[in-house]
Amino acid sequence: MKKVFKMQDLDCANCAAKMERAINKIDGVHAASVSFMMQRLSVDADDERFDEIVKEIVKVCSRVEPDCRILV
Amino acid sequence: MKGYTLSRREKKNLARILVSLALFAALFIADKIVVLGNVFQGPFAWLFPFALYLAVYLLIGYDVLWRAARNIVRGQVFDENFLMCLATLGAFALAIYRGVTGQEIEGFDEACAVLLFYQVGEFFQSYATGKSRRSISALMDIRPDYANVKRGGVVETVDPSQVQVGEVIVVNPGEKVPLDGTVIAGAASLDTKALTGESLPREVAAGGEVVSGCVNLTSQIEVRVEKTFYDSTVSKILDLVENAAEQKSKTENFITRFAKYYTPAVVIVAVLLAVVPSLVTGAWSVWVYRALSFLVVSCPCALVISIPLSFFAGIGAASRCGILIKGSNYLEKFNKARTFVFDKTGTLTKGNFAVTGVYPPENRAEILRLAAIAESDSSHPIAKSIVACYGKTPETGYTLTNIAGEGVQARRGDDEILCGNEKLMQSRGIACVRPEGAGTVVYVARGNRFVGSVLVSDEPKEESKEVLSALHGMGCRTVMLTGDNEQIAARVAAELGVSDYKASLLPQDKVAEVEKLLSEKPAKESLCFVGDGINDAPVLMRADIGIAMGGIGSDAAIEASDIVLMQDDLRGLPLAKRIAKKTMAVVFENIVFSLAVKAIILILSAVGLTNMWVAVFGDVGVAVLAILNAMRVNGDYRKKTATLPPQAAAEE
Repeated sequence: MKKVFKMQDLDCANCAAKMERAINKIDGVHAASVSFMMQRLSVDADDERFDEIVKEIVKVCSRVEPDCRILV
Repeated sequence: MKGYTLSRREKKNLARILVSLALFAALFIADKIVVLGNVFQGPFAWLFPFALYLAVYLLIGYDVLWRAARNIVRGQVFDENFLMCLATLGAFALAIYRGVTGQEIEGFDEACAVLLFYQVGEFFQSYATGKSRRSISALMDIRPDYANVKRGGVVETVDPSQVQVGEVIVVNPGEKVPLDGTVIAGAASLDTKALTGESLPREVAAGGEVVSGCVNLTSQIEVRVEKTFYDSTVSKILDLVENAAEQKSKTENFITRFAKYYTPAVVIVAVLLAVVPSLVTGAWSVWVYRALSFLVVSCPCALVISIPLSFFAGIGAASRCGILIKGSNYLEKFNKARTFVFDKTGTLTKGNFAVTGVYPPENRAEILRLAAIAESDSSHPIAKSIVACYGKTPETGYTLTNIAGEGVQARRGDDEILCGNEKLMQSRGIACVRPEGAGTVVYVARGNRFVGSVLVSDEPKEESKEVLSALHGMGCRTVMLTGDNEQIAARVAAELGVSDYKASLLPQDKVAEVEKLLSEKPAKESLCFVGDGINDAPVLMRADIGIAMGGIGSDAAIEASDIVLMQDDLRGLPLAKRIAKKTMAVVFENIVFSLAVKAIILILSAVGLTNMWVAVFGDVGVAVLAILNAMRVNGDYRKKTATLPPQAAAEE
């Protein structure tokens, strides 16, 4: 399943890149892309565990940049 | 800078930066005049300037310090905030060390200034990206907020997604058309600028199609809804634009990969620089200071921000000209496009076929009647022209079967009508006569007996020739693919001046032909296929870059292609090529410039030829210059079209 999330207060381009790398490492994520310019995250991940994966993503991102919120 | 207002957070930051700058300037000048370190005497004289500078430091940097503390707890060692704090606090520490050991009191100003200019740089980055983001979001203005739907004689205002196909909506002057549909009452001028970049309004009247996202300029119209909001043009376009950044270019990926190694590498070198020479020479404060300068330039932000910004600006500039690009990777690839493959019908030619002859003329009415029955269900322009020429509603009740690349079979009981090209007639063993004249011949047979033929011709678009020669001027090769026979293809090819053509192709042959061209071209170059999106989705997908013409109304084309020319105008191609070229040039400049400046600062810092001031100015300065450079991409490219040679202008 593929889903797009808006991100709020994603202020640093390098953090966006870091998040993208971190999310792609999560088990079950097929492809993820964080666009700093569009302030958007798109994730393609396993259907069965999608909600679980999203929770994991939120956790990973807040570790990189605590100010940034993913609008689920 | 019009149309962009700072967010509350940005305003707050700006105020903080201005106040800090003023305080710092006052402090700095006072320090130069009276030397704050000499105001008091004794071993703690350094405390006075330290306290003053520290106050400014905390004012400007409390958020950086806070983030650094928080991130280091989370194990983000290579966090920019942390490294910046380490550099500045280290500089403070060195200055205190100097004060305590009775050396000349200096260096507090430097620590403070580094963080101050770092913040100035951050603010500028945030401002520039925000502005650029907003100029693209202007495109998002096409999203309609509501629809006035007629239900039981009353007009209700509802969300566009609540409207069903078949319902009637009312669009008042000044409102956006919320859904695709057909006008059933009234006439109006529609502004399609947001969709196509075309500034001339489009006139619609009863029976005409309207596309969602247009703005009604003149008077009220009633529209029968043909597509749900989700399937409407406006949703498709918004989807495309919003997902544009998902497809990242190789350059962007290279930069983020580079950034991944850059920061740790610089930090490791900084640690070595602080420790190794100090152990040898014993001059700890000298080498620690040089290492701290390294940390100041350890943030790869200038690069990481300016590259996507350049691409984003390129995509934005293109979309303002009615060219939608689905991702920065396509912009990158398009710059390398050296082969342009065109579908003939509807792309190089108008595709508004007209029947120019019926043979034998005495059977005209009957031939057209039969042909219209067979072609009644097809969306192919040739079929449409025959039905249009027939003028009446074709008889129904026939089962229509499409025979790929040959024609159509219409059957009702024993009655069989065949309508198609020479191949169809040959495969059925029907003898046919080819009429005189250039164009596409549609042969009509009934019950395996030849009845007659219809001659249909098409004319080239006005701009085709100009665009092809412009592409040739850019060093590109052009190939025309067509299902028409050799004779017609040769004539059109000569008329337009394409480099090469392939005739008599079945739809599946076009894919094979494109694959052949793909294997022939050098790996570094890319191949574009330009089509009108009707029946050529497989080719659009197979090509390196699929370009669909006249995106409005053809959602299949929008989905299958990588670049959409919203206006049915080929001049978008050289325009897009110029934008791609400019974008890639700016991207290249930014990479080289940023890397070069960082490298120079690193080397100068290592050998002690520079100080932290220069390092922070270099770092922030590079970021600002790279961003300004990226914004150059975001110009108006159509103005330059107006300054074409007078000859081209005269042709228009």
